[in-house]
Amino acid sequence: MDQHLTEIVIFTVLFLLVSGMGFVAARWRRPETLASLDEWGLGGRSFGSWITWFLVGGDLYTAYTFVAVPALLWGAGATGFFAVPYTIVVYPIVFLVLIRLWSVSHVHGFVTPADFVRARFGSPTLALLIAITGIVATMPYIALQLVGIEAVLKSMGVTGHLPIVIAFAILAAYTYQSGLRAPALIAFVKDTLIYVVILVAIIAIPAQLGGWDSIFDAAQAKFDATPAPGDGILLNGNNQLQYVTLALGSALALFLYPHSITGVLASKNRDVIKRNMSALPAYSLLLGLIALLGYMAIAAGVKPIVTEGKPDNNTIVPQLFDQMFPDWFTGVAYAAIGIGALVPAAIMSIAAANLFTRNIYREYLKPDASDADEARVSKIVSLLVKVGAVLCILFLDTGFSIDLQLIGGVIILQTLPAVALGLYTRWFHRGGLIVGWIAGMTSGMLLLYNIGNPATGKLHFAGSAFPLEKLGLDTTMTIYAGVLALAVNLAVAALGTVVARAAKVADGGDATRPDHYVADQGDPRVKDLDLTH
Amino acid sequence: MTTPNGDRSDRSPWNWLLIVPIILPLLPFLYNSDEPRLLGFPLFYWLQLAFIAVGVTGTTIVYQMTKRRR
Repeated sequence: MDQHLTEIVIFTVLFLLVSGMGFVAARWRRPETLASLDEWGLGGRSFGSWITWFLVGGDLYTAYTFVAVPALLWGAGATGFFAVPYTIVVYPIVFLVLIRLWSVSHVHGFVTPADFVRARFGSPTLALLIAITGIVATMPYIALQLVGIEAVLKSMGVTGHLPIVIAFAILAAYTYQSGLRAPALIAFVKDTLIYVVILVAIIAIPAQLGGWDSIFDAAQAKFDATPAPGDGILLNGNNQLQYVTLALGSALALFLYPHSITGVLASKNRDVIKRNMSALPAYSLLLGLIALLGYMAIAAGVKPIVTEGKPDNNTIVPQLFDQMFPDWFTGVAYAAIGIGALVPAAIMSIAAANLFTRNIYREYLKPDASDADEARVSKIVSLLVKVGAVLCILFLDTGFSIDLQLIGGVIILQTLPAVALGLYTRWFHRGGLIVGWIAGMTSGMLLLYNIGNPATGKLHFAGSAFPLEKLGLDTTMTIYAGVLALAVNLAVAALGTVVARAAKVADGGDATRPDHYVADQGDPRVKDLDLTH
Repeated sequence: MTTPNGDRSDRSPWNWLLIVPIILPLLPFLYNSDEPRLLGFPLFYWLQLAFIAVGVTGTTIVYQMTKRRR
């Protein structure tokens, strides 16, 4: 631990600095009161292009991503690079969708995707399913942010869970006080640090390793030497379908996550969102370069830290920094990752708390809840959510959180018919959407359960690449389980809709009108929309 | 409640341009190759990174062309 003293000091100083910012954030762009979800949970719905860029960028490109994606390339090669096509296709896909969601939410005062579903399909049950899906998918994602911090702490020789508990307690306290303003303000520091670290890394490290040519050649040599058939610096015939379906499926899922929607709804008008669809890919470039740190680690001969006999691949990037950078800069890089975990963790806990407040508490427990009641409940739930995430890390195997996050991606995709397609069409019957959701969730779980990995001896939940031969197809190709489950969901939802219409099952009303989907800042809003009638 | 410009919509032929950056990155046969290398990067890596520029260009053009006149 002594040889890491400089790193620990710099890490701690930067960490405390942003924590201070988190508390001060309550006064930033100060509203009359923070006691409503519009203020506490959405920052007053007033963020301009720059703040939104930092906030959403810091929200989507998490610390875990920055640690796990290079670890994937380090371990398996080209398949890990799916993160790049994934984060390219997502923006043109959601460009037109998100502005409709923003508009209808602006008019009706929606805070969560489930609020929208409630009003669009007139079904509290469907809204409840959407809310629960969102909460369940978000929880392990928060836990994984802790994994990012843990990887850094391990590399500094800091062991035990106490430091993580302290870090999360601080995070919980300032999120409670400042709401979405805290991560919005901290995101400026986090992203600046990350950009600086990565810029230095991609210039300085290849120079020390003999250039990019030799980095890629070293990676190829490593994969050639392993018996595993799927690795290499290029894709092979069997994993190309998995590569593109995983990229596409992940892209479709990204903006269904409650925390992404929270970031979008906090922006002040449609232009802010459109501009960000062009500006956010700067982070994709960053992520692509970060991914290549995995190959640099191969060329530099970096070994992961082994705890209790198990190598932790997530320590690859921190170990690379430790080996290549002077101590003080390694400290800065570690702080960037550590702080990088705080921004998404804060937004995710706010988003999960808002879902509980709007779609469970207000819907079922206290229909006449005031704005202040809602803010109070959300603040408390955001604390509980973080306690839950810490407990996950303390008492469950880290591998279990990763499994849960894998499942999270598949299940959040099952909200696509109601949330994303719902923004365009009211054709689906609420009953059809409910049975579609059940079918999609069930088939998704079955598919994931049946994915094993012979190399690690793991029989179930060993990844998201489903071998098509298990469906009786004569092929060795694999496909992303999420898109298969979504296909089942859509087919059942469509069938259910036709059946429900034929059987004249009562459908819910639609509280939205076509012009609500194109409204902009300054247009009239439906005030105090009563969702209970 | 009425909205002032009831006839406005998000429809525009420019929107079709968004298809390009959605399709390109999902066609592995375009980039799944080592050669030609650029600055030491195999095609697989530099071409996919270059698609980011295609995405930015596409969304920027659509935004500029569909901006509402205030």
